[in-house]
Amino acid sequence: MSDLTSADAQRAQAPDDLQPQGSRSIPGNLAVKCPKCRELLYGKDWEKNLKTCPRCSYHFRLSARERIDLLLDEGSFQEIDSNLLSVDPLNFVSRSQSYQAKLREEREKTGLNEAVIAGTGTIEGLPLALAVMDFAFIGGSMGSVVGEKVTRAIERALADRSALLIISTSGGARMQEGMFSLLQMAKTSAALTRLSEARVPYISLLTDPTTGGISASFAFLGDVILAEPGALIGFAGPRVIEQFMHQRLPADTNTAEFVLAHGMLDAVVPRRLLRPTLARLLRMYAGSKVKSVTH
Amino acid sequence: MAYDLEFEKPLADLEKKLTTLQRKGEKLKPEEQRQIKALEAELREKTAEIYSKLTSWQCVQVARHKDRPYTVDYIKLMCEDYFELRGDRRFGDDRAIQGGLAVIDGRTVMLIGHQKGRDTREKMECSFGLAHPEGYRKALRLMRQAEKFGMPIVTLIDTSGASPDLASEERGQSQAIAENLLVMAGLKVPVVAVIIGEGGSGGALALGVANRVLMLEFAIYTVAAPEAAASILWRDTIYASQAAEAMKVDAKSLYQLGLVDELIPEPLGGAHRNHAEAAKALKAAILKHLDELAALNQEQLVQQRFEKFRAVGKFAVGDPVAVR
Repeated sequence: MSDLTSADAQRAQAPDDLQPQGSRSIPGNLAVKCPKCRELLYGKDWEKNLKTCPRCSYHFRLSARERIDLLLDEGSFQEIDSNLLSVDPLNFVSRSQSYQAKLREEREKTGLNEAVIAGTGTIEGLPLALAVMDFAFIGGSMGSVVGEKVTRAIERALADRSALLIISTSGGARMQEGMFSLLQMAKTSAALTRLSEARVPYISLLTDPTTGGISASFAFLGDVILAEPGALIGFAGPRVIEQFMHQRLPADTNTAEFVLAHGMLDAVVPRRLLRPTLARLLRMYAGSKVKSVTH
Repeated sequence: MAYDLEFEKPLADLEKKLTTLQRKGEKLKPEEQRQIKALEAELREKTAEIYSKLTSWQCVQVARHKDRPYTVDYIKLMCEDYFELRGDRRFGDDRAIQGGLAVIDGRTVMLIGHQKGRDTREKMECSFGLAHPEGYRKALRLMRQAEKFGMPIVTLIDTSGASPDLASEERGQSQAIAENLLVMAGLKVPVVAVIIGEGGSGGALALGVANRVLMLEFAIYTVAAPEAAASILWRDTIYASQAAEAMKVDAKSLYQLGLVDELIPEPLGGAHRNHAEAAKALKAAILKHLDELAALNQEQLVQQRFEKFRAVGKFAVGDPVAVR
C-alpha cells in the first residue's frame, strides 16, 4: 500500500546521522544526536538507556534482533522458518532496478533474510510464539515471505496453545509483489481468526513506524495492543494525509499517544518497561496455567 | 458515448466519420448507406481488437471511466427489490459504502458495495468512493446480520482506496479495515466479491475476503494506486503507467497469476458502453457462484475461504543467509 509518500519513505529510511543502525553494525558509536531534542548522547550511555534519549525519551528504532535480545529470556529464542526466501513473482523492475537485485542488496545491507524474524521463546519463563519485524529490510514491507512467516508464527502459537506476540514496524505492503502482498493482509488476518476462536491470547506491539497494510491487518487485531512512546502509527503517513487534505496537521497526529487518546490502543509503554509489562500480561492471560510453571 | 480515452483515438476517428455521414439523415445516397454499414462494422471490429489487448494502464483508465457503472447502477439493473440499510450504529452513515437487503433472482442476499458517485454532488456525498471507518463498520454490521439470517453476501468493490484523512485516522481507519478482514474470514455464509472497477489496496480488500473473488474483464486490483507506487518506486507520479504494468494490476494478469477465480466479460468497448449488458453478465456470474457455494455447509464455507487465502504467496525454501 502506498501509505508512505516518498517524503515519508525517505524520512522513514532516515539519514545515517539521525538513525544509527545499532551497535553491531557500527561498533564505534561514540556519540549519537537525538533527532527530537538535538541532545548529543554518549554512545555507551545511549545503549545502556536501550537506545532512548534520557532527556526527551525519544525512542530510536531497534532491529528485530535487538528487540528479541531485549525482551526474551536469554538463550530462549528458537528461530523458525529462517529458510523462507522471497522470490520475484511478477518479474518486477522499477527505475532499472529489478526486485531480485533489490532483495540481494537488502540481504547484504541488513544481514537479514527478510523483514521479519519468527520463532518461539520465553519471557520470565512464560512461553510464547513471536514474529518481530525489522524496518531496515525494505521498510519492513510485507510481501509473501513476511506474510507467510507471520502466519506460521500465528499457527505455531495455535499449535502450542502459547501466547502470540507480534512486534510490528512497517511502511505497509510490499509493492514489488503486487497483489501477492495485499492478500497477505487477508492471510494473516484469517490465521488470527482461528487463533482467536481457539482463545489463544495475542499481544500486538506497535513500534515506529506501523502504517498501511500492517496496521490495517494483524497489528490492530491484538487482544492487547501496546505501542512504544512517540511511534508513528496510522493507516496513512502524515504527508499523505496533508497532501490529501491540503492542510498542515498538528504535530502529534498519528503518534502512539494520539492513537491511545482515540481509543485504538491499550497502553503506551516505555521501552524499559516492555519486558515486565509483557511478562505481567502473559501471566494474567495464562491464568491458572502459570501455577505449574516452575523455574 | 464518445470515445474519450487516449488509446481509443482510432475509434474516435472512425466514429467521427460515421457521425458526419449519419448527420445527412434522409438525404443519404445508397452508396453512403453502404459506407455507414461498413464503418459500423469496422468500428465494432476495431473496438474488439483494441479491447482484446489492453495494457494494465489502459485497464486502469477503463476501470476509472467516468461513465462506468457503479454499485448503485448494478443494484438497479440486477435486483428485483432492494432496501438500503444505513449507518454503522456507532458514528454515522458513510455514503462511500452502501448496502442492504437485495433480491436477486428471487433470493435475498446482503449486497454491499463501494459507491463513487456519478455527478459532482453525488461524488462529494460519497467521498469519491473513499470510505471512512464508519463505512467499513457499516459493512461489518451488515455482514454480521447476513450471517445471523443465513443470507449470502455479495460485495461489489470499486474504490481507489480507503480515505486518508485525519478524521478517519482519529476513528481508527486501520482498525476498521483489519476487523473486516478478521470477521470476513470467519463468516458462516457464502461470500462472493466482485471487483467491478477499481480494487484499490486495503480499502478494497476490506470487502474482499470472500469464497469467490471475481473481476470484471477490465477492472483492476492493486496493492497501491499506480500513481502512489510510481511516486515511491520511480520517485515521480508520471511513471504511473510503468507502475501499473510492473504491478500487474489488470484482471487478466491477476487471473493468470491465480489470484482471481473468474473474469466476467464486459460488453464491447467496456462496461461503460452498455450498463444493462454489463449488469446481466455480472448477475449471471453472481448467481452461478452462489449456486455452487450453496452446496457447502457452514464449516466447509469457512474452511474453503480460509484455505483460499492461506495458500496465497510465492516464496522459496532455501539456505538462510547466515544471520550473525
